[in-house]
Amino acid sequence: MSQQGDLLHVVTNDDLSSARIAFGRAIMWGSGLILVLMAVLQTGQVQGWWDLGLTNWRPTLYAYLTWAVCLCWGQVLTRGEQGKRALFVLPAVLFVVSLTVFPLLFGVLIALSDWNLSSVSGRRFNGTANLVRMWNDPFYWNALGNMVWYVLAILVEYAIAFGLALLLNAQIRARKFFRVAFLLPLMLSPVAVSWMIGKSMLEPRFGPVARFARWLGWDTPSFFGDPLIAKLSIMVMDAWTFIPFMMIMLLAGLQAIPKEVQEAARVDGASGWRGFWEVTFPLMLPVSVTAVLIRIIFKLKLADIVITVTSGGPGGATDTVTSFIFREYRDRSNVGYGTLLAMVYLVIIVIAMTILMKLADRLARPRT
Amino acid sequence: MTAAAETPIFRDSEADLAHRARWAASRTLIYGALLIWTLICLFPIYWTVTTSFKQAPDVMQGHLVPWLDYEPASLGWRSLGLSPDTLGQPSTPRAEFIKRFTNSLIVSLSASTLALLLGSMAAYGLSRFSYRFGFMRNADISFFFLSQLILPPVVLALPFLVLYKALALLDTRIGLILLYTLTVLPIVIWIMRDQFAGIPTELEEAALVDGLTVWRAFLTIILPIALPGMVAAFILSLVLTWNEYFFAALLTSTHANTLPVMVASQTGSQGINWWSMAALSTAAILPLLILGILLERFIIKGMAAGAVK
Repeated sequence: MSQQGDLLHVVTNDDLSSARIAFGRAIMWGSGLILVLMAVLQTGQVQGWWDLGLTNWRPTLYAYLTWAVCLCWGQVLTRGEQGKRALFVLPAVLFVVSLTVFPLLFGVLIALSDWNLSSVSGRRFNGTANLVRMWNDPFYWNALGNMVWYVLAILVEYAIAFGLALLLNAQIRARKFFRVAFLLPLMLSPVAVSWMIGKSMLEPRFGPVARFARWLGWDTPSFFGDPLIAKLSIMVMDAWTFIPFMMIMLLAGLQAIPKEVQEAARVDGASGWRGFWEVTFPLMLPVSVTAVLIRIIFKLKLADIVITVTSGGPGGATDTVTSFIFREYRDRSNVGYGTLLAMVYLVIIVIAMTILMKLADRLARPRT
Repeated sequence: MTAAAETPIFRDSEADLAHRARWAASRTLIYGALLIWTLICLFPIYWTVTTSFKQAPDVMQGHLVPWLDYEPASLGWRSLGLSPDTLGQPSTPRAEFIKRFTNSLIVSLSASTLALLLGSMAAYGLSRFSYRFGFMRNADISFFFLSQLILPPVVLALPFLVLYKALALLDTRIGLILLYTLTVLPIVIWIMRDQFAGIPTELEEAALVDGLTVWRAFLTIILPIALPGMVAAFILSLVLTWNEYFFAALLTSTHANTLPVMVASQTGSQGINWWSMAALSTAAILPLLILGILLERFIIKGMAAGAVK
């Protein structure tokens, strides 16, 4: 994509009347003014300067929506063709900014305060006290440590997904049937999966997997009692739902490799194994890196299965950061501390992902 | 007749047979692996569906095959009010289930539609024009959208809880729709950007020369061409939003509960009947299973979009 200039070259001669431009400016500034006025009025209500009988912040929300619409309309009015182009991106930008940037800034404020939603005292600013508390909270560090293990499990998932993609790419019959069958786990909701597998199939007495384990000679199968096995069970369930995702990306990559490359390697005398490691695998590196990176992003959000199956147990062995914060809120309504934990998690993720992406960029670049 | 002429016709010499044996072995290996993984993928689904027709003894004795092992009973479906004999009568669990089902349907459909709308527009704009919002150029804006993928839901959850409380949006469908749109928007933009980049600009140029405006050209010429990509993005969003649990569990309580929250709330209690739980799970996953089987092509297309450049 070129950095400068439009890809679509159009010459338009806008002759916008000055009245139109003035009207456009007027609605943009006017609605902005109303928004500010509304916000000030409502702040006054909350601070107790005056009483207007407003019970919630809806009026400000409506003022914001009006302003957003007027801003989009005003762009077209004042800038003509350029404004119409801006209209493609502007709604999405406004939407994302108002739904992420604003809550994030608000979140920083919450993170620096002692705020228990169930207590009557309301929000109290307490500076970095939450940070100190986090530093001394072994359960949070434990959850972060668990996340490292969960992310490392992606390597195994990747190997399995690659194998499946190779199988699907081979000369087989009923390819479509296998593809659909392999895809289905991805369609299922993690909550349903946690019942289907976690609570019924892995049930120690009657679950079919437990029966199978007994048949194999494990007398007292228990999948969530021992910390290590519990962690493995969670990993397996998560892998079960998400392996299709990586598999499909890798399959798309495999199908994009021209057949001639493989044939040339075979003519040169490469065996199947060497052909894979020296031809297919290097060619697949860019796709692999993308698939693994996206999978890591999804893995870092892992929570549903943990919340519904083990709620972090035994002894925090399966806890993820998300499920830990979820319980921090559910059990103690502790909004301030929970938000701080989430913010720290975000900072760690951003740093880790930046490093990973830099490394991946170097790895995926074709070797010369 | 010489031996040299014979070999090409009858391929049963020592070397050829060895080759054929190896070929057969590799076939067996490939199909064996495929079948094992098919079993791993399908057995949990099969188990859930069949368990919903079991009774207590069938569960305890580990019966697997209906009719052969055990006589199917609609106990599980009766507890949901969906068995043939209870279907006609009023039933509280069924009303509850239908309410959750409708909530899930409305929320996921609206969020996916909204995300598709905003996402396609943004992706088209970014693939065709160059923008400057302050210091941000096209590449920065794209990165800004895609970087939302990294944002873990838990970071937004608690601020949203407080904000929604102030805005009286807690436990409403609108609140969930907005949030879900936000979570799937980066994925839609990713898929659609790829889609639009593959459409030559000459198409619009011709349309613009013919006197169409930019928006008319986008709506009447580009969108129909990009339709397969849009379907892929829509279905992927639908899957993600239908299955979402975390936000729904935090932000809804009685009115706007979605199906995953209902399923999860039943798994908590230990004494729950397996058959009714299985029936509920089956009902929750069935729509997406059907979607997956029928529209597998589009889902794969959508997910492959970002992989191959």
